[in-house]
Amino acid sequence: MKLTAFAAAAAAFLAFGPVEALAGRDLDQIRQRGVMRCGVQAPSNPGFGFPNAQGVWQGFNVEICRAVAITIFGDPNRVEFVPVTTQSRFPALASGEVDILSNNSTWTLTRDSNVNRFNFPAIVFYDGQSMMVPRRLNITSARQLNGATVCVQPGTTTELNLADYFRQHNMRFTPVVVADLDELRRAYDSGRCDVFTNDFAALAAQRTLLSRPQDHVILPERISKEPLGPVIRQGDEELTNIVAWTVFALIDAEEMGITQANVEQIAASSTNPIVRRLLGVEGNMGESLGAARADYARQIIRTFGNYGEIYERWLGERTPLGLERGMNRTWNNGGLLYAPPAR
Amino acid sequence: MSATLAPAKPAPALPGLAARARDFVKACFNGPLNIAISLACIALLVWLVPPLFRWAVLEATWEGTAQSCRQNAGACWAFIREKFWFSVFGLYPFEERWRPASMLAILVVMVVASTIRRFWNRWLLLGWAIAAPAMWVLMQGGVFGLPYVQTRQWGGLTITGIIAVYGLALGYPLSILLALGRRSKLTLVRWFCTAIIECVRGVPLISLLFMAAIMLPLFLPQGVTVDRLIRVLFAYTLFTAAYMAEVVRGGLQAMPRGQYEAADSLGLTYWQKMRLIILPQALTITIPAQVNTFIGLFKDTTLVVVIGVFDFFTTLRASLGDPNWLGFPTEAYVYAAAVYFVLCYAMSRYSQRLEREFRPGAR
Repeated sequence: MKLTAFAAAAAAFLAFGPVEALAGRDLDQIRQRGVMRCGVQAPSNPGFGFPNAQGVWQGFNVEICRAVAITIFGDPNRVEFVPVTTQSRFPALASGEVDILSNNSTWTLTRDSNVNRFNFPAIVFYDGQSMMVPRRLNITSARQLNGATVCVQPGTTTELNLADYFRQHNMRFTPVVVADLDELRRAYDSGRCDVFTNDFAALAAQRTLLSRPQDHVILPERISKEPLGPVIRQGDEELTNIVAWTVFALIDAEEMGITQANVEQIAASSTNPIVRRLLGVEGNMGESLGAARADYARQIIRTFGNYGEIYERWLGERTPLGLERGMNRTWNNGGLLYAPPAR
Repeated sequence: MSATLAPAKPAPALPGLAARARDFVKACFNGPLNIAISLACIALLVWLVPPLFRWAVLEATWEGTAQSCRQNAGACWAFIREKFWFSVFGLYPFEERWRPASMLAILVVMVVASTIRRFWNRWLLLGWAIAAPAMWVLMQGGVFGLPYVQTRQWGGLTITGIIAVYGLALGYPLSILLALGRRSKLTLVRWFCTAIIECVRGVPLISLLFMAAIMLPLFLPQGVTVDRLIRVLFAYTLFTAAYMAEVVRGGLQAMPRGQYEAADSLGLTYWQKMRLIILPQALTITIPAQVNTFIGLFKDTTLVVVIGVFDFFTTLRASLGDPNWLGFPTEAYVYAAAVYFVLCYAMSRYSQRLEREFRPGAR
């Protein structure tokens, strides 16, 4: 009796098992095609994703996609970058034109919902709407901005957040709306408005372009939460895991002090089991994740470095953008980046 | 033009440059109103030109990095220099750029050849029949040892040229058919053509492109894919045809009834009548309107950015996002404006020449 039940279970397993063992639909498709299609911001996004003079895509978001390609294929070059605009990005993802978006899309409930059916496996950049004011106004907090004239782009959530913030704090403001960001910056630079508002990363980039950047401060308030990260279609758990653990590997590596320069040496000499498992020296984390290689994380760090190194290369203080790390430090340095352990 | 301003006295057969200049100056200052207008214009020029010249030439940076540009007050042409090839080839693989370069060369030769009336025979058609697929194969590769390059990587001036030339060349004959169909005596044909024209003309080009690029794949059966550039070209061609059809129809309606009746009384068939009598005249009188539409449609090619195609204008906007070259939008826009102006002005001049050639008596 017991034996027949076991046999039936075994038969059932044999019949349905292999189907279950296959990866998700999207990951299968990527593997079959042999290349991942990654949607990046068109025309470009300073530091995050832009084509260089040779037409090769570069930047923070671009390296995130290449890192995912290492996990899937063991090869950072098996990515095709597909430029998508703000208007076309989600239709492009939904229609299968791209497999993954890496273009500073904010994780929101609406996008994650069963209506839109997208999935945000991990956050790679914590952004938030901020306000910049001239230093000479001696303003230290956004709460002092009652009656201010504010330069803002129309028709965006930026405009909505601004109105919400001022209404919530019982303050009044006069908007100066200009659609083009360069024009908007000139309006602010020439003194047509007291405040320039945008997401922090964009605002910091705009500050470098002012006639006297050092004369302007970005106020500490973040009046909106803009967690940015890669987006995929809902319904493929394996791809979700792969994207998430690619990002986690970058963050874990920074937390543990593993860098592009020392990764091989640490892999050879470390006795810390968590480090050894992350770098694929022991255990089979890579295999259980569905990565191409057991040491996928080591390969990613060897190629691009850890999260901090990628950040510093494209966005950090020594780049023209000069973004401070702020919220994007690891948790043990006072930031929000916290990745689950590789075990 | 200055010659027409000369007084109507018997002048020497060909007035010299000095004489023409003298007449021009005289015409500018022959009365208080003209004197005031001329002085205002001179003041405007004095006010505008020196600073512009200083910015664009004297204080401009012609080579170097963004740092050297920021040290100088003038224009940063080094930026355009750095991004020039990117603006021509876009995202096309850099080591393969000889292919779009030769494709552009063929395209220019073919377009120039097509503008010369002496070449308007079946050899030109044959030339296009060979060149059009050849250019496509050259760009796409995958045969003859050429590495395969997806159409989504085509970009820059190359893709602007492809969309404009292919779209306008395919859309033009289609527009004539649509215009004839809209005036057809066959009810079904008339309804069909009217529906196409009105539906396509009634929506913005952006939404047509969006439908073709993004929405269409959602409706196609699983596994059926049509290349994105083909879909975009299809939408653009249809749009071109719908707009041109109305211009052509205007020409058809402007023809006097006598022309139709004369052709009928000669016993010509419908197609003979159209080909030999009506269309040559109708197309000739609508040349200004046609070129107007052509130029508009040519500039509309920049809208393909909305579906992520990197046309010429988009490559420049993308270059503005290079963190090493932040802050030179003016230079990029001036360069883009110059290129579009040269191309559109060439079209305009060519149309004027055509008008002169076709209707020598009309001027």
